[in-house]
Formats: sequence, structure tokens, C-alpha cells
Amino acid sequence: MKCFIGIDLGSTTTKAVVMNEEREIIGRGITNSRSNYDTASAVAKQEAMIDTRFTLLRNNLDGNEKLRNNQDVFLNDLERNFRREQFVEQLDDLQTTCLRNAEGDRFDDVRSTLTEVLAGVFDKLRHESLALYAKGATRKSDFFRDIAGGRFLTLSEETSREAGINYDFALNVYDKSIIEVENRPPAGNLEKKFLDGLRHLTEESPELGITFEDVQDPVTRALAVELEETFVVGTGYGRVRLPFPKEHIRSEILCHGLGAHMMYPRTRTVLDIGGQDTKSIQVDRNGVVDNFQMNDRCAAGCGRYLGYIADEMNMGLHELGPIAMKSTKAVKINSTCTVFAGAELRDRLALGEKREDILAGLHRSIILRAMSIIARSGGISDQFTFTGGVAKNEAAVKALRELVKENYGDVTINIDPDSIYTGALGGSEFARRAVMEA
Amino acid sequence: MATREEIVDRCQELYDDLNFTSARAWKDAEAGRHVIGFMPMYVPREIIHAAGMLPLGILGGGDQLEVIQGDAYYQSYICRIPRSTIELLLTERLNFVDGMLFPSICDVIRNLSGMWKLLRPDVYAHYFDVPQNYLRDVGGEFYIHELNVLKEGLEKISGRKVTDEALKNSITLYNENRKLTRELYKFRAEKPWLAPSSEIYLINRAGMLIPVEDHNVLIRDYINAAREEDRPKRDNSRVVLSGSFCEQPPLNLIKSIEMAGCYVVDDDYMLVNRWFTKEVPTDCDPMEALSYTFLEASVKMPSCFEPNEDIKGQFLVDTVRENGAEGVIFAAASFCDPALLERPILQDVLNLAEIPHVSFKYSENTGQMQPIREQAGTFADSIKLWS
Amino acid sequence: MSAPIRKPSTDVQKDASMAKQKAMIDSNFDRLGNVKNSGEKVSYTFVPGNLNELVMCFDMVGNYPEINAIQNGLRKTSGGMIMEAEKWGHSEDVCTYVKADIGMMRKGNIGPTGQPIPEPDILMLSYTGCYTFLKWFELLRHDYKCETAMLHVPYTGDGVITKSMIDYVVKQLKEEVIPKYEKVSGVKFDIDRLRQNLAYSAQAEDDFVWVLESAKNKPSPIDAYFGGIYYIGPIFTAFRGTDLAVDYYKTLRTEIEERIRKGQGPITPEGEMKNEKYRIVTEGPPNYTSMREFWKMFYDEGAVVVASTYTKVGGTYDFGFRHDPSRPLESLAEYCLNCYTNRNLPERTRMLESYINNYEADGLLINSIKSCNSFAAGELMMMREVEKRTGKPAAFVETDLVDPRYFSAANVKNRLESYFQMIDQKRRAGV
Repeated sequence: MKCFIGIDLGSTTTKAVVMNEEREIIGRGITNSRSNYDTASAVAKQEAMIDTRFTLLRNNLDGNEKLRNNQDVFLNDLERNFRREQFVEQLDDLQTTCLRNAEGDRFDDVRSTLTEVLAGVFDKLRHESLALYAKGATRKSDFFRDIAGGRFLTLSEETSREAGINYDFALNVYDKSIIEVENRPPAGNLEKKFLDGLRHLTEESPELGITFEDVQDPVTRALAVELEETFVVGTGYGRVRLPFPKEHIRSEILCHGLGAHMMYPRTRTVLDIGGQDTKSIQVDRNGVVDNFQMNDRCAAGCGRYLGYIADEMNMGLHELGPIAMKSTKAVKINSTCTVFAGAELRDRLALGEKREDILAGLHRSIILRAMSIIARSGGISDQFTFTGGVAKNEAAVKALRELVKENYGDVTINIDPDSIYTGALGGSEFARRAVMEA
Repeated sequence: MATREEIVDRCQELYDDLNFTSARAWKDAEAGRHVIGFMPMYVPREIIHAAGMLPLGILGGGDQLEVIQGDAYYQSYICRIPRSTIELLLTERLNFVDGMLFPSICDVIRNLSGMWKLLRPDVYAHYFDVPQNYLRDVGGEFYIHELNVLKEGLEKISGRKVTDEALKNSITLYNENRKLTRELYKFRAEKPWLAPSSEIYLINRAGMLIPVEDHNVLIRDYINAAREEDRPKRDNSRVVLSGSFCEQPPLNLIKSIEMAGCYVVDDDYMLVNRWFTKEVPTDCDPMEALSYTFLEASVKMPSCFEPNEDIKGQFLVDTVRENGAEGVIFAAASFCDPALLERPILQDVLNLAEIPHVSFKYSENTGQMQPIREQAGTFADSIKLWS
Repeated sequence: MSAPIRKPSTDVQKDASMAKQKAMIDSNFDRLGNVKNSGEKVSYTFVPGNLNELVMCFDMVGNYPEINAIQNGLRKTSGGMIMEAEKWGHSEDVCTYVKADIGMMRKGNIGPTGQPIPEPDILMLSYTGCYTFLKWFELLRHDYKCETAMLHVPYTGDGVITKSMIDYVVKQLKEEVIPKYEKVSGVKFDIDRLRQNLAYSAQAEDDFVWVLESAKNKPSPIDAYFGGIYYIGPIFTAFRGTDLAVDYYKTLRTEIEERIRKGQGPITPEGEMKNEKYRIVTEGPPNYTSMREFWKMFYDEGAVVVASTYTKVGGTYDFGFRHDPSRPLESLAEYCLNCYTNRNLPERTRMLESYINNYEADGLLINSIKSCNSFAAGELMMMREVEKRTGKPAAFVETDLVDPRYFSAANVKNRLESYFQMIDQKRRAGV
């Protein structure tokens, strides 16, 4: 079948969307952008294609008697098991790579011990993967580096100590190897991972009452469909170095405008707050961009501002919003400068202001900057759509709703939980048009 | 008579009021009254007053104004005062102002005059030029013309002619105001522990907002009340503050400097109220008097050309000596061209005179005081060590 | 669409006028470098409001610190000079032309061509449309302790040039500027000599305006911004009022007439730009440290600049003003008052609006310069107004004149491409 693919290479994450001929979204994928854009694109695309297989499978399972009430549970469980297979596959790759990287002279004295340490660590990691991907378990990230990295370091430190070698050896090979592994899209056999996952699922969840044979056929059929990469359109901040030929590249502004229009056809203003930039886009009723403005050189008002604050407070980026939501009275943060905001923050903390109130103030301050950019682009006249990573932050959304109301009255504000895919969605539609409407 | 606290409280209230309630009340009190806003540096308030109008000093939005629309008009590398001023305009806080004057202080304020014209085509907005040539028949003549252009502009708003008699009367009142302001500064320089800089500052800011007649009373009352008080004297260093003539530091910053161990004995906040170093004569043509006094008795500040290289920057050394100061704090608004471009010359002059100095930048909404307290405190300590 | 055929990028295309222009600019550096031998006196001044015709009456050689900064920017040496000035206490917030100049001085005052820049005998402080000029020459005077002539050109805040303004400038010329030049040079002022120079100016100005307006052709035979920067060189500096400039603009005009006849687009560093896709008006100075890269972002996309305000910074001629030998001092005064940044924002907005309409442009691009508040403060306001009045979209990028730290190629390219694609998309949608 024909697949039209949009890839949005962001500064922090890379997103891909697969669209079919009927203009339906059939797959989505996301990965961290890394330093290598080719890999990021390839991985995001691969993820979106895997997601597409799941969509096909879902379609195949529709009406399946055995799954009448359990279809969603089944598919989620299958995906979880599939992810575990994928995780283990990458663990194997990482182990092999680590061993190869331990071949240098400087490891001569410790090689045999190190090999044992690594074997032990990876055995534990493989074992832990069962719990990590167990039913109901949550993972702090979907990205391999995030999940495997922390545990590897902890385990190898312990194991090295026990084995009596310096922990630096394990650390050193890991640092080298993780980059290599990360920059290699998972290469293993897709069908095998699906089927292994399915097998594990049926063993793990007898209560579903599903046997391997019950679903083997729809799974095999979903895997057998040939997914043709009919046309790929790339977009995103890193566009200057996008790994695509020029005619396959569309500006992120056009892609975001169109993507938002497709999600909410009555959108006239789109605000996207990403890691590196903030953009306000005005679109007409056909999703054609009328005007746009982006943040100036200053990084205040971008997602990076929150990242910086999180670092300053020694917290995770995702913890900021929930804490800020506890605030009853936002502190006014004056510094629009990212660097100064850190100093002001410490000053406020020293003055005894509450952490949640300061954080609420910081969220308001980032949205204030965005409001200025919206005003620059022509303000808000009708439906307003908020997209990008920051749209997932509830405190930012709260501040945005307040400020939009204060400045533009009651307008419809659209926020899609999957808004991070807006640019890629617009890209996939451009890809579809390039072929179907050429 | 009001107590010192009462006077200061009233000034604080005026300072905090971003809606200019007192100026609005003044205007509403009588039909046909007009209010003319002006930006920092210098405008001849006498002419506005003589036209029966209230000159209203607009010194930005301070640290309490949330700027949204103003930021939409300015890049991040431009100072804050124009953006907060635009915010005041676009949030209708200045909708009662009948005209705005933009002195020739720098390119940003200059261009703001054109923005005003574009944003409010129906409101009188005028770039007020002052001469950079100080010869009576050259710059003086040009300036008399400029003063008359301003007068005619105001006459158009009020529909009334401005008489020479009214001008002379206004000049007398503002002469008095400048005299009192100088007295106030002298009082602080003599007994800084009785007149904290934050209070002097608030008294001056009130003068930007209320009629000069009231302000004259207010200054006098403050000096009388403050003089009588017994307040603890601290072992502070005496400093002159330079570079804050346009965008104003937040009040907290002014307080922080003092708390860090510095008595500020002279400064250049809102110079308009002490622009002339001598009285404007009232026994001749008032426009000539205003013009020639400008040429010959203006304070020195970076927006005015100094034709004589030999005395360039000397004013700063003079004020340090006259006020018994031990050092200079250069406090300039971020991105303030006049202050920041002038600074290396002034530093050089101070170095030659062996006067210690320290520099930092602020913006009107600077939130973190710790670094400033640290710098001012270290400076105060080091001065003591040197002397 | 076929890509334009280009020569390899190392082989920069130059035509006769360009070689001539370069030779002229270089000859002034030669002259400056040779004053020790020639004994010529040196006058420093600025591009906007420069009084070259007058200065030449005193047999002095002109040095233009802005041009030095630009040339150092193009040669990528300005960055180190700026940092040198910052080391000496200049703020990172202020104009980088000033800092490049002061940094060059502190590093021994070797000019962009490697020849020494002599100390000034007089600083001609033409305070025209830029506040920083005032401080700049006070800073230089502080170091050189030399004669300084101040010419205060009033800002046209109400959008008109009044008789009072002209009288004021003329009086300053008579009582301040000319006497100081006579004193420093030892040459008596001869008004007929000035008239002759002004006649040359007017002649060159006619051809210069013709060149700028040739961009009304489709395709435009010139790029009025990136190319325009070269075209303004002689007339904005030491050559206005000379027969050399008359000759240069004649040559240039002939070349462009030929291009129009052949239906050719502008010459870029990579050869002729074919396929004019976008016609753009620009506001603001260019970036000099990465000018080639910046320009490439335009011509690679088929974008040509048909009118720019920057080419009016040293004099606005396309609305009718000419130097006039019959009113020598008055016309010098009018010239100064007329310079682009001495105009108020409503007038600047009107100019941009007329460029978009008269040059049938697709939109406005503002290159907002961190260093230059005279240009930059209010550009966002002008952008809104121009969009509103013309219905054409505008884009906004930020760079700096000569500070390489403020040119983010990825950022600028991202915006420009988005902008061009937006114009394209709107066109396709028939908006």
C-alpha cells in the first residue's frame, strides 16, 4: 500500500507520521533527535511504520470474536511485549558493541574481568526487562538510552566493585558504545519480534483466553502487507541539514500550519512552542499560511527555558508542570532572559517564596513571551491551536488559557494530546499532495 | 503639616499607580484641562504649564507592569522603557493624555515618537529636539524656533494662546522647583542618613506626576520633616550614581544599594527637575531665556554633545568632590546606548582623578538584587579599605 | 524546475563596474596609507550626512570609520576587533561599528587593506540620523585630542524639513564647520569649487537613481540590496562630487542597460541569477561578516531584492533630491536632513509601502540589526503597517552588522525559506 510520510526533525525529538491514500493517519513514531539526523529520521520513520503495522493489525482484528471485549488490552499488551523484544535486541547490540570497544590495548589487563562484568550486567538487564515491561509497569522514557543507561551505570558500578576493577572501564566502553547503538536503527527481523512478543503475551496473560493460533493469522497478514514509502517530506528545525533532497523538504511553518488545520479545520492561529523556538502562525481557511513570526535570538519563551529551569532546580522537565499546578499565587518573574531567570529563581527561593509559586510564575513568563510573538504575527481572531512539546505541560496550558482570555476574550483553544506530531502530519499531507495531486 | 511617613507614603502611592489616577483626577476636576506626557531627559515644562496643562513624566512601567504587547514591538536587544511605555499606551492607561513629547535622548526614544504617530494618529506626538550647537545665534535661534513650535502645538490642543506673562509665571514656579530639588539633594548629601535615597527618589517621582505648585510644597514639607528627625547613622560609603537618567531602576534596586552600605549623595535619575544649574531669568523674552539657559546652564549628560574636550566628563569629578563622595557607581540600563557609550570616557576621567568606580546594568524590572547588593557592598567595603 | 547554471563558487563573477568600484575604494585606502609622504590632512566622517564635496574643497583625504568596519567585516577580521574594544570596557550591548573601529585603533590602526589608517586632523561629526555618531566621535576625540566639528542635523520628527532646520544646518556650516576646516587645512574656502563638486554629485546621482530604479524591470537586472551595497560605495563615500563617480555610474548604467536588453537577472557571486521567483523589498542594513552566505540564501531560492532602504542611508535620491550647485550650502543641508535614518517612522513606512507597490514586490523582509537602534527600534511597528497597507507578507530576521557572534545561519535560513515557501504557497492557493 502507498504510504505518505512526514518527518519532523525537532531539536529534541524527531517525529514521523504515515498517511494512507485516504488521508488517514495510520502510523506515528517518535525518537530523540541525537546528533545524527539521518538516524533520527530513520528511527522515527521505522517507529511510524511499526505503528502502521499495529494499525493494520487492529483493522484485521476488528470483528474477531475472541477479542470482542479485549481488543485494546490485547493490542496494548502486544505492543508492550514487542517493545520488550526490541529492547532486548538493543541490549544484545549494546553488549556486543561494548565487547568490541573493549578490544583496545588499554583494556589488556582487565579484559577478561571486564567481559565477565559486562556479561553479568547485561544478564541482569535482560532479566530486569521482564519487570520493566511487565503489565502495568511504567517506564520513565520510551527511548533506549534513557531506559538502559541509568541501570547500566548503577549495575556496572556495583559489579565492577565486586569484581575488583575500576568502574571507569565499564563507563568508558559504555559511553562509546551507546552512541554507536543509538545511531543504528534497530535492525532485527520485525516479524520475529512481533511473533515472539505475541508468544510471550499468550503465556503471560492466560486470562485473555487467547492462544497464539487465534491471532497468528491476522498478525501474519498485517505483517505481510507491503508498505511502500511512496513519498517522504521532511521538515523541522534541523532542516538545513535534513537528510532529504530539496524537493522533499517543506518549511516547518507550512507543515505546522497545515497540520494544525488538518486537526482542527477552523484553526486560524497556531502557536507552537518547541525546544529551540516558538512560532506563531496564521493560517487561512484552507490551511495556507498567511503570516508567521518566530522568537528572536533570545531563547526565553522556548521549551529550552523550562529545561534550563529544571536543571537549575535539579528536577526533571516533566515534574515542573505538576508542581506549578499546586500554586495558589504565581510569583511575578521579571527576567525574560533565560540566564537571569535562574538567578532570579535562586533569589526568590532565598527570600522564602514557595517553589510551586515560583514555578507557576516561570510558566506564566514563558507564555508571556509567546503572547508577544502571537501579537507580532497578528493576534488571535478565531480558533487557536496550541502545539509542541510545551503544550503537554499543564501549567503552561493553564497560563496560556488565562492570558488568551485576558487579551483576546473567549476563543476556542484546541490542544491535541498528540500535538507534538503536528508538523509531521502537515509533512505527510504535503507528501500525499505531491503524489496524488501532482 | 504632614509627617515624613505620610509624605513618603503619598509619593509611594503615586509611584505605584500605573493608571495615573491623580493626573486623571486633575484633568477631570475642570473642563478644558489637558495633560501632556513627556519621556525622560528634558522638556521645557514651563511651556506646558503656561498653556494651562499638566506635564506628566512617563518613566516607563517599572517592575510591576506585565509587558505583553510592548514586547511584540521590540527586539530583545532594545532596552525596556519603550516596550513598557507602549504597553501603557496599548492597555489604555494613557488614554487620557492629550499629547506626548519625546526628547532627543537616543534613537530608541526618538523612533518611539514615530510609533506613537502610527499607533495614535489622532493624538499630538512630538519629537522635541534640543540643540547640539551652543552658540546663541546658531543653536539658540534654532531652539527658540523649536520652543515656539512646541508652544503652537500646545495652543492648538487648548485653543488658547500662551502669553509671555503666563510663561514668566511658570518659569518662576519651575525655578523654585529646581531650587528646592537642589536643596533636597544638598540636604541628602549633608545628612544621607536622614534622607534615604529611596525617599528622595519617590519625592522626585511625585514631581513627575503632580502639579508643580503642589510639588514645591511637598519638597519643602519633606525637608522640614526629615530634618527634625533622628535616624540612625550608618557607617556607609558615600557614592555618586551615574547612568540612570532614562530607564529607571526599580525602587528595590535603589534601596539595595543603600542597604549594601552606600549612601548615594548624587545621582542622575530623571534629570528634568534639575536640568538647569542656574535660574532661568524672568526679566527678558521667556523663549530666549529658556533657550539661552539651555545652551549655557544645562547639566552634563551623555545625550548632549560636549564641545570642549578639556572638560569632558569633568562634571562627574566635580560632583564627587562637591558632595564629598568616595566613589562612583555606574548603573546603566541594559542596552542604553547613551549611558554605555559614554561610560568608558567617564571611567577614564575618574581614573585620572583617582576616583574608584564600579559598574553594573539593570532594567526597570530587574528582579534579582543579590548580585547588585554584592557588587555595591564589595565596592563600599573596598572604598573603606582604600581610604 | 531546472537549477540555475552556475560557475564554481570560488570563481566570483565580476564585471567592469565592479572592478572599477573596487579600484576606487582601494585607491582611497592607498591615499590614506600614504599621507606620511603626501602630507595630506585627514578628515574622519560618517556615511550618513557626509559632506564630501565640502571636505574636498580643503584638499583633505576622507576616512570613513563605518567603511573600515564594513571592510573588516567582509574580511572577517571585525570579530577580534570588537572583542578588543570590549576588553577595554565597551559594553557588549552597544554598536559593533564603534567597537570594530575602536578595536582596530587599539590594535595599531591597520586598515582593512593592510595599510595604516592615519590619525585624524579633524573629526567631522555629522550627527545625522544616528545617535551613536555623537558618542563615537567623542570617544575618538578622547583618544586623539584633535579638532572636532559638530554638525547637528535635526531629526525630521514631524516628517517635514523646515526652513528653520535648513537655516540651522547652513549656519553651522558657515560658523562651525567651514572655519574649522579652513583652520586645520590652511586652505581658504572657495564656494565655486564647492559648486563644481556639487555639479558632479548631481550628475552621478541621476545615473545612480536610474540604476536603483532599473529593478522595476522584470526580471530585475540588479539586486538592490546585496548588489546595491557595491553600487552605493562610491557615492556614499569619498567619491561623491568627483568626476570619477560620474564615470563609474555611467559605466554601471551602460552595463545594466545591456542586461535589461538581454533580459538578464542580477549578477551574484555565482554568476547570473536566473528564474526570478520572488521580488523582495528589504529594510535594514545587511550582515557583513557572512554576506556571501546571506546572499546565497536569497539567490538559491530565486529571490531578488528590488528595493532596499539601506541604499538610502547615505542619501535619499529616488524621491527627487539632488545636490544643487546653485544653492550649495542649502542643498548640503537638505541632503543631510534627507538621509534615510533621519526620517521619522511614518515617512520610512511610506517609503517601504511605495517600494512594494512601485517595484511590484512580493513582500518585505526586515533584517533587524542588533547594533543599530536607529534602524531597528520601531521596525516591528513598520512591518505591521506595511503588511496592513500593502496586503503583502513580511518576514523578520535578526543579525548584526559586523559582529560574527550575531549571525546564526541556520536560524536565518530557516526563516527565509519558510518565508519564500509561504509566498509560494499563497501564490498557488491564489491568495
